[in-house]
Amino acid sequence: MVLGLYNYWIVVLLMMIGFYIVIAHGNLIKKLVGLTIFQTSVFIFYISMGNVDSGSAPILAEGVARYSNPLPHVLILTAIVVGIATTALGLALVVRIKESYGSIEEDEIQIQDQLTEDKTSC
Amino acid sequence: MLAHLPILQVIVPLMAAPLCWFLNRSKLVWLFALLVSAFTCLNSIFLLQQVMSSGTIIYQLGGWDAPWGIEYRIDELNALLLLIISAVGTVVLFAAHTSIQKELAEDRHTLFYSLYLLSITGMFGIVSTGDVFNVFVFLEISSLSAYALIALGKDRRALWAAYQYLIMGTIGATFILIGIGLLYQMTGTLNMADLANRLAEVNQTRTVFAAFAFLIVGVCLKLALFPLHLWLPNAYAYAPSIVTAFLAATATKVAVYLLIRFSFTVFGIEFSFSTLPLQSIFMVLGLVGIFAASTAAIYKTNVKHIFAYSSIAQVGYMIIGYAIHTSTGLMATLLHLFNHALMKSALFLALGAVMYRIGSVQLSQFQGLGRQMPLTMAAIVVGGLSLIGVPLTVGFVSKWYLLVAAVEVGMWPVAVLVLLGSLLAVLYIWRIVEIAYFKPPLPGREAVQEAPWTFLAPIWALVLANIYFGIDTRLSVQVAQAASQSLFGINP
Repeated sequence: MVLGLYNYWIVVLLMMIGFYIVIAHGNLIKKLVGLTIFQTSVFIFYISMGNVDSGSAPILAEGVARYSNPLPHVLILTAIVVGIATTALGLALVVRIKESYGSIEEDEIQIQDQLTEDKTSC
Repeated sequence: MLAHLPILQVIVPLMAAPLCWFLNRSKLVWLFALLVSAFTCLNSIFLLQQVMSSGTIIYQLGGWDAPWGIEYRIDELNALLLLIISAVGTVVLFAAHTSIQKELAEDRHTLFYSLYLLSITGMFGIVSTGDVFNVFVFLEISSLSAYALIALGKDRRALWAAYQYLIMGTIGATFILIGIGLLYQMTGTLNMADLANRLAEVNQTRTVFAAFAFLIVGVCLKLALFPLHLWLPNAYAYAPSIVTAFLAATATKVAVYLLIRFSFTVFGIEFSFSTLPLQSIFMVLGLVGIFAASTAAIYKTNVKHIFAYSSIAQVGYMIIGYAIHTSTGLMATLLHLFNHALMKSALFLALGAVMYRIGSVQLSQFQGLGRQMPLTMAAIVVGGLSLIGVPLTVGFVSKWYLLVAAVEVGMWPVAVLVLLGSLLAVLYIWRIVEIAYFKPPLPGREAVQEAPWTFLAPIWALVLANIYFGIDTRLSVQVAQAASQSLFGINP
């Protein structure tokens, strides 16, 4: 029972790994990598959810009566596109951050922000 | 034509966004975007009228029947939200041309308008659709364009704020996606009405509990409920003024809508408030949010920061109304959605006018503005009074209903705490008033002129709406009441 659901365990594991990277790492690119892993785990989750026992690919063919559910696949195609857009936008922002701060490390950016904050408030 | 109004609301701004690139002249694009936005505003008024007179509108995309095809379902709640978004979007856009000329480089103007239209499209989509996966897609459309809009800010901190918002927003949206997946796994449907029917059978399974938890947490990230609000202050403070005014009035409201829609329509009241101690969790988080955010607002020196923190506090009031869990409480929440959109868009637009004239919204720069920009500062004062909840402004109306709702179910301490929270609002508004009116103008600065009329007209339209709906509450109360009663299944 527990081992039979191994695909879901992989999903959970990937999800936690991705989430951990987002939280724990200060490098902006690494954060985005973590975010992508996190999102990808959800894609795998949807795909394994659509699988039907001994079902074939959802393509009409002679002699096949049992198909996997195509809907989650189609849904996740949309989510993949969304994920790509998010990653692209995130990376673009990182490029701009690098241009204006000269760094992609969270703590260095925060130090620089603190300095500008102190300057404007007094 | 009339039958297609629900879809036109979404399609028209969606198609208009790329069309902006063909016009590609700042003033033309602005007029075009304003036209599109005004169309959606008229459209949502029609929809609201139709819903109030003849009940829920169901629109089937491509003519496919509901559980298979996607349907748009507009009831009182959706119509109210559509009206808020489109009206605020239009009024704010009116000042956009003047404002972004000062704050954005010429070559980014077209980009700004098409992102604005996309963001508005996403919000319309979230609100009108009756399909949970569609909610996710539109959520991402509106969020992605919002990240880009925030990153357009002049200050480099805008980039950093947009990045943080992107990370937290995507986590929130992915949580929602997981929740939707789990629901689909249990029921095999994505249609909200269908889900509501089928969940009744399986709602005691662990999968459904997990789905519920993921959805609630994801939505709470989006609505900036304390303590998930960390993305909000900087995002609002460093975005271009127009973007702040627009997002502050709409983005979190849409997330509150989702919370209400999921917990009331999809999962059902019974399930939502019995499986998790949602009522007490939200009550506590709402109250702590009000006090923590208002206190933070008191110590901030950037006026945009002050009002951003105050937005988090206002979300607290909405959540308390929701947590009271009676039809009056929900009505207070919906009223506050409407009223808060009016006050915050007025306040942030007025700050945009200040930004236009003196190029900064630091509190210290406000010295003497009371005499130099009397109309703008008067708008901030009226908006601030509304935020506090002084009678004759909209803020009073929604807080009044919130207190009534709390007292009705015997939650006296909550009522008292809500009132104390309003006192904190007095403090941070007073700091602005004191500096603007009772300090001499900043030495060494040239005389500041009043903001141009393109700013003053929308600001005062919103301020007057603040007062009008504070006195004549028929429209807002009637719609909010109808919406909350239909969600609680009470037939008027």
